[in-house]
Amino acid sequence: MTDTASTPARTDSPPEPGLGERTIREILGSSNAAVTVLAFVAAMVVGGILIAIADPDTRTASSYFFSYPWDTFTDGFKAIGNGYWAMFQGAIFNPHTAAQGTLSGYLGPISETLTNATPLILGGLSVGLAFRAGLFNIGGQGQIIAGAVFAGYVGFAWHLPFIIHVIVAVIAGTIGGAIWGGLAGLLKAKTGAHEVITTIMLNYVALNALGYLLSVRGFQAPPYGQAISNSVDPNAMLWKLFGSSMRVNAGLFLALGAAVFMWWLLTRSTLGFKLRAVGANQFAARTAGIKVERGYIVVMLLAGGLAGLAGVTQILGTNGQITGDIDAGIGFDAITVALLGRAKAGPTVLAGLLFGALRAGGIQMQSNTGTPVDLVEVVQALIVLFIAAPGLVRAIFRLRGSGGGGEALAKGWNG
Amino acid sequence: MRHLTKIAAVVGVSALLVAGCSSKPGNSSSGNGSFNACMVLDTGGVDDHSFNQSSWAGMKAAEAANSNVNPSYVSSNSQSDYTPNLKAETSKGCNTIIAVGGLMYKAVASIAKANPKQHYAEIDNSNQGLKNVYGLQYNTAQGAFLGGYLAAAMSKTGVVATFGGLNIPPVTIYMDGFWEGVQYYNKTKHANVKVLGWDETKPQAGEFANSFTNLNVGRSISETFISQGADVIFPVAGGTGLGAGAAAVAAGGKVAVIWVDTDGCVSAAQYCKYFITSVTKNLTGSVKQYVDKAASGSFPTGNYIGTLANGGTGLAPFHQWNSKVPQDVKNELTTIKSDIISGKIQITSPHQPQ
Repeated sequence: MTDTASTPARTDSPPEPGLGERTIREILGSSNAAVTVLAFVAAMVVGGILIAIADPDTRTASSYFFSYPWDTFTDGFKAIGNGYWAMFQGAIFNPHTAAQGTLSGYLGPISETLTNATPLILGGLSVGLAFRAGLFNIGGQGQIIAGAVFAGYVGFAWHLPFIIHVIVAVIAGTIGGAIWGGLAGLLKAKTGAHEVITTIMLNYVALNALGYLLSVRGFQAPPYGQAISNSVDPNAMLWKLFGSSMRVNAGLFLALGAAVFMWWLLTRSTLGFKLRAVGANQFAARTAGIKVERGYIVVMLLAGGLAGLAGVTQILGTNGQITGDIDAGIGFDAITVALLGRAKAGPTVLAGLLFGALRAGGIQMQSNTGTPVDLVEVVQALIVLFIAAPGLVRAIFRLRGSGGGGEALAKGWNG
Repeated sequence: MRHLTKIAAVVGVSALLVAGCSSKPGNSSSGNGSFNACMVLDTGGVDDHSFNQSSWAGMKAAEAANSNVNPSYVSSNSQSDYTPNLKAETSKGCNTIIAVGGLMYKAVASIAKANPKQHYAEIDNSNQGLKNVYGLQYNTAQGAFLGGYLAAAMSKTGVVATFGGLNIPPVTIYMDGFWEGVQYYNKTKHANVKVLGWDETKPQAGEFANSFTNLNVGRSISETFISQGADVIFPVAGGTGLGAGAAAVAAGGKVAVIWVDTDGCVSAAQYCKYFITSVTKNLTGSVKQYVDKAASGSFPTGNYIGTLANGGTGLAPFHQWNSKVPQDVKNELTTIKSDIISGKIQITSPHQPQ
């Protein structure tokens, strides 16, 4: 139906998917919930061992292991127990603050979990959507920065009435992210430039452009003391859901709405069908008359827009001022969220909530026990690692089941 | 493969045997103090050879001086961690919470308003009018003024240079002071020493490495300066500044460096030979002083501004250059220092804390 002659530079690539692509498909295809849960359990066990190793008392006790072996274990288990208990307090419920009887005492930890989860869900949806069209969006960082800069600029430089201001700022941020993502899609469609390269490079462009903006008067906040932008107008801030003492905000609804949109797009719309066809097999899709190049542009615009929304929730939801690290590593954590969520809308929301809880808990753990907060990153990575190796999890927990790859192929990865 | 596993197991077990054979130590009483001094660090980690590290060193120094002080810290991976970190420390039961970094000022203000009974201190920002916050700021333009004067006096070529990590005020305040010090030398000595890399009156046109970690950029900037005749270089760029040390080594003793923030002969001792002196920002001392006072029960209020007068900024010892700096110049520096303190010399840098 359409011409395939205009296909740029990609016609010589082999129809076999590469190793990386196959691995991603295996991860995304194995939708076994038991494996996911057990991967989480295994990651927490390894994380526990790391907590014990990071604990000075346990390390001291292990140096005289053979005279008092029990000390090592009691100290180790005490450290693990305290660490995970602190994480629970930071992420779900803290009896100490609840004892104060205030609303924020009860709901504070949940608020923190939801606040952290919001941009992670949006970022995860962004990466996941690109996965479904067969693209790796490593550019979450740049798209989040672009979204935050657009939304933040509209937020502090324009002065609009209540409600209208926040809507305009949210739209501006989405457009900012979409431009940044769409750029990578355009480069791939027109020149065949690999999106992994272009998105990573665009991350640096965004990061350094932001660094420049933060030194410009008018963007930087008076009295020009720090690399920090002006404050967003209160009118442009997303509403706090549980009152001003807790940070959870209307950005959560943006994230949930985006998830519903992605579900509808991929399962109910013609466009989504085409995108999935491109992701499943671009050559077959092209033969079937789908405009693959246009699909790349569209999906990167959408993915960029979703990541831009993550930037919006960062600036209009929580921070209120732009600094050099407004992306807060979400662009990269989003990749793990998308993998854990199998690039599907519902599971991505759950994955985002889990990682949000880990982030919120990690802060409390660091504060209470002195365990480095980086442990949370390690646990996140381990979860994905165990999911990436379903055979390993099955072997550890002696589950029956076919090999991951075969199952993925049998079920197809479009779910 | 199987052999490899066996070997690995043997090695592992013997490592455990060796490691596990020491005897149980007696109960040590470290970390049992009753005054919990908590610190929320900025991004970069506790061992950043700069800001965080110097501030944390102040806490350790306070602990060493007073065993009742029990210091702890949490680090921030990004600015999004500021508020949750401050909240977590507040709910933990700290006697005082020190926020390291001026970017935290909003987070500190909102949490301090919500917890009026909790004591806070903030580094590199004022207390913003809050009674339970103590602001610690540093007028490093004063120290850098002395550095600029010294550089001009020591230059044989009549050209000195400075460059920054980023064009942001905490950096350019040093460069302003340096530039003004050179101008003051020119005025009093009727000299014409040129400053490369910075002109306080043209703040958009300075020389910046856009990095605080890239030694190679620092080196190439320094070599450009040297090729333009500069023989004293003042890098205000953290680790990037080490490139100036490398360039000085390459120049074979014709070029000297004035280090920044900490005493370079301690923090970058490999280049001590080339450091005339360092313009210091005394984070460690002022943090220790604050914790000392707070631990004794009297929380300082208001703002602390580190100046030449109170030792919050200044010049480090000359170390190996002590014999090379003429006594006249040393005397002049002493006079200038007291003139700045008395207000006889006015520093005009717009970035000075009020």
